[in-house]
Amino acid sequence: MHLSLEALNKSFGTNRVIDNVTVDFGELRSLALIGPSGGGKSTLLRIIAGLETPDSGGFALDGQRVGADEESLRVHRQHLGVVFQAYNLFPHLTALANITLPLEKVHGLTPAAAEEIARETLRRFALADHAHKRPAELSGGQKQRVAIARAIAIKPRLLLFDEPTSALDPEMTAEVLDVIEELKDEGHDFLLVTHEMGFARHVADRVAFLAQGRIIEHGPAGELFAAPQSRECRDFLARILRH
Amino acid sequence: MRALLLADDRTPAPVWARVGSFLLALVVFAGIGAGAFALLDYQWQWRLAGSYWRLFWDGWVTTLEISALALPLSCLVGLLFASARRSPVRPLRDFSRIYVEFTRGTPLLVQLFIYWYAFGQKLSTDYRLVSGALILSLFEGAYISEIFRAGIESVGASQLETARALGFTRGQTYRYVIFPQALRQSLPPLAGQFASIIKDSSLLSVLGIAEFSLAASQVNSLTYTTFEIYLSVAVGYLILTLPISLWTQQWEKRSRFET
Repeated sequence: MHLSLEALNKSFGTNRVIDNVTVDFGELRSLALIGPSGGGKSTLLRIIAGLETPDSGGFALDGQRVGADEESLRVHRQHLGVVFQAYNLFPHLTALANITLPLEKVHGLTPAAAEEIARETLRRFALADHAHKRPAELSGGQKQRVAIARAIAIKPRLLLFDEPTSALDPEMTAEVLDVIEELKDEGHDFLLVTHEMGFARHVADRVAFLAQGRIIEHGPAGELFAAPQSRECRDFLARILRH
Repeated sequence: MRALLLADDRTPAPVWARVGSFLLALVVFAGIGAGAFALLDYQWQWRLAGSYWRLFWDGWVTTLEISALALPLSCLVGLLFASARRSPVRPLRDFSRIYVEFTRGTPLLVQLFIYWYAFGQKLSTDYRLVSGALILSLFEGAYISEIFRAGIESVGASQLETARALGFTRGQTYRYVIFPQALRQSLPPLAGQFASIIKDSSLLSVLGIAEFSLAASQVNSLTYTTFEIYLSVAVGYLILTLPISLWTQQWEKRSRFET
């Protein structure tokens, strides 16, 4: 993917969450956003996901600028796979139906075709036995893997992970991170907001450090973690890696 | 014996205890009723009251017809006003609010007369029952719209956002994500409202619609067998309301899911 942001601004009330951000990340496969809480990572991801409209400015994906009106945003969202921190499965539907519903209603597949894709995807993530369970009957790790299955079943052009492991215990975190790494190896492009620094370093091509609504610095993952250029990023990494 | 009398919510009770306890409570309830009537020293004349069974039957069937019309119709009215309440068009929201407040703040009897003398009267008598059911539905629909609204609001904002993220349209979001979850939340209060609709239909007697309770008061003025008549009427209404209550309880169990 090729992602660039142009004079992007977003405020909530008087709180400036994204502060005039212009950046061209260039051609890349995977990008991790790191930084302190409230620094604007999740808001940036939500703008790129088409869930939040910027106050001014815009962004372009693969050279195409994404429109700010609801209809173009809806079309934009149809081709993305978003995975949320709290899984956000539909609690009234089985794991299988969580995956088939968007395939049928948004992408116009027949019920039979949708079910085939859903079963195939669940099998891949070793969830075949759980196809007919509702979310309440699944563990946190299983829920998140179903959510990831739902996101990739539509063959998105880009996957967006918003702190996908923050609600999970270490064992389930590993379970979900393995899946994300697999997806990378298969050639899925993705954007990841995370607090798992080790994972960000390992899985992302590029890492961007956000604080106070600005991208303070960004660069290849290895370089940024080994030798952060800015004082903010150095302090942040020192704080977070101390334990 | 202990299981029969004391509930332990941590372990499910055996069937015999549940049935036994239910029968015991039923006997006590009936006993209190029978005792009260015994004290009255009332001369029962079931035969006399029973000779008018045809009037009762016709009235009961009319009440059944009104209910069969008013139940779905009031749900439709409720759905319309609940949707208007969530509409992006601001005046539509306010219209819905004003309607609901007006309807819930005034007695059904008053509304029956207003609607009836404004519109219903002009209709031929053939449509008397239908227009009565319609007025009833407009009244009950206001309550049902509030039940639906509470149900819709109980579905978390994250569900709306997820549907948006997946590219659903607004209509699809409501149809496939919000309504199914809202309905589950709405079922228990909806069952109570359904019973109210059936009971409130007795007020249509003031419009001269020969429903169950009008039939009863007619027989009463002929025979003065008040208790025979109204005890029968009570049973007649229970025959209509109990199945609805039991059916919604079943439905609720079936559509149960944890969030």
